[in-house]
Amino acid sequence: MKKVFGRPKSMKSNIFHYCAGCGHSLAHRLIAEVIDELDIRGITIGVPPAGCAVLAYNYFDVDMIEAQHGRGPATATGIKRALPDRVVFSYQGDGDLAAIGIAESFHAANRGENITVIFMNNAVYGMTGGQMAPTSMLGQKTTTSPAGRKNVLDGYPIQISEIFAQLPGTSYIERCTVNSPASILKAKKAIRKAFQYQIDGLGFSMIEILSPCPTNWKMTPIDSCRWIDEVMTKQFPLGVIKDIPAEAAKARKEGGQKP
Amino acid sequence: MNKVLMQGNKIIGEAAVRAGCRFYAGYPITPQNEIPEYMSERLRQVEGGVFVQSESEIAAIHMVVGASAAGARSMTSSSSPGISLKQEGISSLAACELPAVIVNMMRGGPGLGNICPSQGDYFQATRGGGHGDYRVIVLGPDSAQELADLTMDAFDLADRYRTPVMILADGMMGQMMEPVVFKEPKPRDYPENFVMKGAGSGKSKIIRGLILDPLEMEEHNWTLQRKYQVIAQRETRHELYKTDDAEMVIVAYGTAARIAEGAIKRLRETGLRVGLFRPITLWPFPTNELRDLAKKIQDFLVFEMSAGQMVEDVRLAIQGKARIGFHGRPGGVVPTPVELANVVMRHYDPKEGIIDPLA
Repeated sequence: MKKVFGRPKSMKSNIFHYCAGCGHSLAHRLIAEVIDELDIRGITIGVPPAGCAVLAYNYFDVDMIEAQHGRGPATATGIKRALPDRVVFSYQGDGDLAAIGIAESFHAANRGENITVIFMNNAVYGMTGGQMAPTSMLGQKTTTSPAGRKNVLDGYPIQISEIFAQLPGTSYIERCTVNSPASILKAKKAIRKAFQYQIDGLGFSMIEILSPCPTNWKMTPIDSCRWIDEVMTKQFPLGVIKDIPAEAAKARKEGGQKP
Repeated sequence: MNKVLMQGNKIIGEAAVRAGCRFYAGYPITPQNEIPEYMSERLRQVEGGVFVQSESEIAAIHMVVGASAAGARSMTSSSSPGISLKQEGISSLAACELPAVIVNMMRGGPGLGNICPSQGDYFQATRGGGHGDYRVIVLGPDSAQELADLTMDAFDLADRYRTPVMILADGMMGQMMEPVVFKEPKPRDYPENFVMKGAGSGKSKIIRGLILDPLEMEEHNWTLQRKYQVIAQRETRHELYKTDDAEMVIVAYGTAARIAEGAIKRLRETGLRVGLFRPITLWPFPTNELRDLAKKIQDFLVFEMSAGQMVEDVRLAIQGKARIGFHGRPGGVVPTPVELANVVMRHYDPKEGIIDPLA
């Protein structure tokens, strides 16, 4: 009998601790499949965040080192600069990347660190129990915005991908989601491309994934998938936000990067 | 190697590179700016050298975490307010048992304080500094030569015990120039299997300090504590100066110890037999050595460029077996040897002995 579906080699056999309907397990699997396909398991080093995915090293079967909350891109910078021929990725949530770690993330992007960031945006703080995130929607009720997020008190949902796209050090940024089979396949293609850009030495690549959080959104998994389409994508439009491989290659060559 | 005249901050940079430091990340702050400046040029010249001017002290220490995990001898440096920011990463280094060297060229505080030499960060340095039950090896150099020697030693200690090591000096040590001879560094002895470089075809590695099970976390804590006990037994260092015939001993480290030596020379000219006990490792503190000295000396004067921090360790060491006085100048004031000599003379008469115990 022919095996048509199995666990990626870059994934451990541990059972995910994530809630039913959560997007993390999907994103983990996609990354592991990409690592397998690119045959880079042995040279990949991952940096999990603080947050729901803090235990990502229990699932990825690649070398991993924890980062304090938000510091993933700084830790990844240290690894990548010390070992430039390794593939280094940082996996971050919206609090990790867009709030407490915005400086580390922004400057890693601006330096054009040759790393890949997987940015999980679920518009809420998952692990701590559903508090407001920098990416929460205006009007969204969370445990720390019980009357709904208000622009004058809480600011606006931050469009990280659009902001980072303005930095010349970034080569490829795409916003995806994982709320349907088609979108999952698209996200995988994007993740693969982001890793490939790193392997090609093109600098900072980032894939933002709009990810369902049924537990903290207090919705069913199906309603959560619908909410991404009907609400989240209006604030965070899907698609390629930046893709400049030729320009990036030229700029990095001119900057003296070794091939 | 010949003797060269160099500034303290640059000596640290040169000693680090000679000791094999190949990764430096830092953020400028006075009075240690010459360290990142020196490293930016020097690391350009050596194979595999990496210098990153980070966006913050926090980013710098976490870059050091990554580079250390990836096997590079790594260093960052700062001054007091910046060291406060680095505590998160220093706690991580301790938890994850990663080697690194952190330089603190202390300045006056608290808060932004000023940029003058001070010793106000002794508590922070010797008690761990960040969150959790951990210690950092803390070295307190008092000369250009010791800046060079202890910086090299710091990398060896960090590797040997897989723990962060701090050079605790101040703006005076960083800014002054003195002759120095760089010793031959020892070859690095750091097992390959500690280095995270990708799993290859083997088992993947995890470096973490997150241990959710409290009993496992407790066991990790005890593992760290056992290591700290070994460090305390093997690595404690101090220096004695004119204590053989002394009736009173000043306890001071770093710049304060230099001032104390000047004061002691003056006091001895007037017939007062005063000596110096200088801790070189501030953690581990030379507790037993000081306690032994208290068997024959009854009067100690702790002198610090702070409102009194190391004096607590002196009290813990001496356990009430001798009198302990204190003289300190916080906030960035550097007292003169004459000032310190006058303090001693007010309490100590060459004929009468101790006329007015300090404590």
